Amino acid sequence: MIKRIIVATASLVFAVGCAQAQEVKVGVVLPYTGVGAELAQQQDRGMELYLKMHADAIKPYKITLIKRDAKNPGGADAKIAVQELLTQDKVDILAGWNYSPNAIASAPIVTAGKKLAVISNAGSGHITNLSPYFVRFSFSMWHAGYAMGEATVKNLNAKTAVVGYTDFPPGKDMLASFKRAFEASGGKVIDEIPMGGAGAVPDFTPFFQRAKDKKPDVFFVFVPAGDHSSAVVKTYNALGMREAGIKLIGPGDITQDNKLQAMGSAAVGLITMHHYNVDLDNLENKQFVAAWKKAYGADSTPDFMAVGGYDSMAAIVHVVRTLKGKIDTDKALETLKGWKYNSPRGPIMIDPQTRDIVMNEYLSEVVMQGGKLVQKPIGKIDAVKDACKTLKVGPCAN
Amino acid sequence: MILGVDVASMILGGVAAGMVLFIVSVGLSVTMGLMGFVNLAHGAFAMLGGYIIVLSMNYWGVHFLPALALGFVVTAAVSFAFERLLYARLYRATELDQVLFTIGLVFMAIASVTLVVGPENQQLVLPAMLQGQVDLGFTQYRTYSIFLIAIGIIIVVGLWLGFERTRIGAQIRATVDNRRMTESLGINVDRLFTITFAFGSGMAALGGGLGAEFLGLDPQYALKYLVYFLIVVAVGGLGRVTGVFYAALLIGVLDFALKKYIPKGGTLFIFGLTILLLLWRPQGLFAGRAT
Repeated sequence: MIKRIIVATASLVFAVGCAQAQEVKVGVVLPYTGVGAELAQQQDRGMELYLKMHADAIKPYKITLIKRDAKNPGGADAKIAVQELLTQDKVDILAGWNYSPNAIASAPIVTAGKKLAVISNAGSGHITNLSPYFVRFSFSMWHAGYAMGEATVKNLNAKTAVVGYTDFPPGKDMLASFKRAFEASGGKVIDEIPMGGAGAVPDFTPFFQRAKDKKPDVFFVFVPAGDHSSAVVKTYNALGMREAGIKLIGPGDITQDNKLQAMGSAAVGLITMHHYNVDLDNLENKQFVAAWKKAYGADSTPDFMAVGGYDSMAAIVHVVRTLKGKIDTDKALETLKGWKYNSPRGPIMIDPQTRDIVMNEYLSEVVMQGGKLVQKPIGKIDAVKDACKTLKVGPCAN
Repeated sequence: MILGVDVASMILGGVAAGMVLFIVSVGLSVTMGLMGFVNLAHGAFAMLGGYIIVLSMNYWGVHFLPALALGFVVTAAVSFAFERLLYARLYRATELDQVLFTIGLVFMAIASVTLVVGPENQQLVLPAMLQGQVDLGFTQYRTYSIFLIAIGIIIVVGLWLGFERTRIGAQIRATVDNRRMTESLGINVDRLFTITFAFGSGMAALGGGLGAEFLGLDPQYALKYLVYFLIVVAVGGLGRVTGVFYAALLIGVLDFALKKYIPKGGTLFIFGLTILLLLWRPQGLFAGRAT
């Protein structure tokens, strides 16, 4: 009997010992193939880079990333991937979501699975309301859209705007946020142009021609970052909209850092509102960019998605360290609510009420400096919350 | 006057887009008319050509026009090999087999390009003289669109002359109209088809390169625009250069106008319109007499 107790105790101690040294499994859902492959690569590299740069801080815990392909913005494949991560791989934490429809489709599974889910990109405003386990380290469309609507009147003195947007949930969000702030500040949106879906880069010529004919002061464009943005700048120039006196403005997606240099002088003068660009002047960003170039080559440039991945991993490491490797979902959520951290994008915090990010927004203009395109800061708004939830707009009210 | 400029910009933009559709689709129409072979991989040849043209410009500094010629020649050569080694085996096969084979080629092309070149869009950097705007007297318009329209007109005139005025053109027309009769007259239809196939793929390559400025160029290209190419062929009728030309212009202008004036849903109207057109004229809008 005593022998049996000793064995049992020993095995218990052994099991606890194992549990402490146990690895934390993080399931990552990103579109590794297809149209979004390049976007997934940015976030994936951001996550890996954080682990690499902070390897000492993570010890003695072990964080293992289990990566699954979300394939497309359709939602169905991402949902299946999340389900498999929860049921087959039995992950402790979920992370990723590049496209909003994928996060929206995955929300019920995330809720049922009861695991902390860190969003590294998807930006539709109301996503964080869809599951109590979502914590967002990217942005809401309303961060940039609402701030830009105000700044367009205040800083750019524009009275009229045409909005062109990619016709999917974040695009509609961006339209709504910009319009609300712009019109509240005294401007007028004179036309709204849906410009095809997110799955493929369309020929923008007919849409831009329509915008040009309306002769607005500014043309506010939202397209998914990536190949769309290069096509936007190209078409804007080819149709002579600049010469017609129409300013091209938008969230930072249209001046995505890793696409900017390839746009050449065509991009000079673009004005954007965003929470990150590679030229931001702070210590964390300098270290981040230097480490990125060292890891992925001098020609490679991190962008806001890379920072989304990087900060998501920073949050996961913070949770793992605070909970000493034993991930209890409720405790993990408590750890992150109100958490403050110095990101490459500046100081950030997680709003304890909404589990969404609070961060600075930067108004920038693209200028040519020494043969290189640089985003010159022309304004900054501190500690911006997601206006969609603050103002309780549409689905954000719930 | 404002309205005039508005309509002019719509027509110029639409015609330019239509020219690209024409250049890519004409080969598809002729080979389908000749052999009744449904080559869904036609867009893959357009993509291959586009990549050769754009990458040779970006990496080796080849100029635009020589790059176009290079794209045409290499793609024609590659498609010649494919035709002899693979396609020729399936001429007598059922349509389902042909469709499965060619759609399989499309998926292989997408995967190969993703693997070798990468998933990102390839930027066509136009020569400086083709960038910006040109003054047409009554309006300013995108220089490259005007260039495309000019190139398209040269190509359609050249193809029309080739079709109507040369011996090989007469042979192709004869085969489209009545293949058995043509064969019994001693014309080598297989050889004729190989030549046409290679030429048509070469044209597709030109279209891939010329259109990269606004259609973009990424691995999904082969599938993304296939529907448009098939619409043009279906509306234009099989084996008719002029039919494909008119159909391409019609689709180009209508698509442009619908997107411009009714952007909400305008991207879908073109498909509804095609269904209506084909219900009305199943042979295609510009097809000759049924054979």
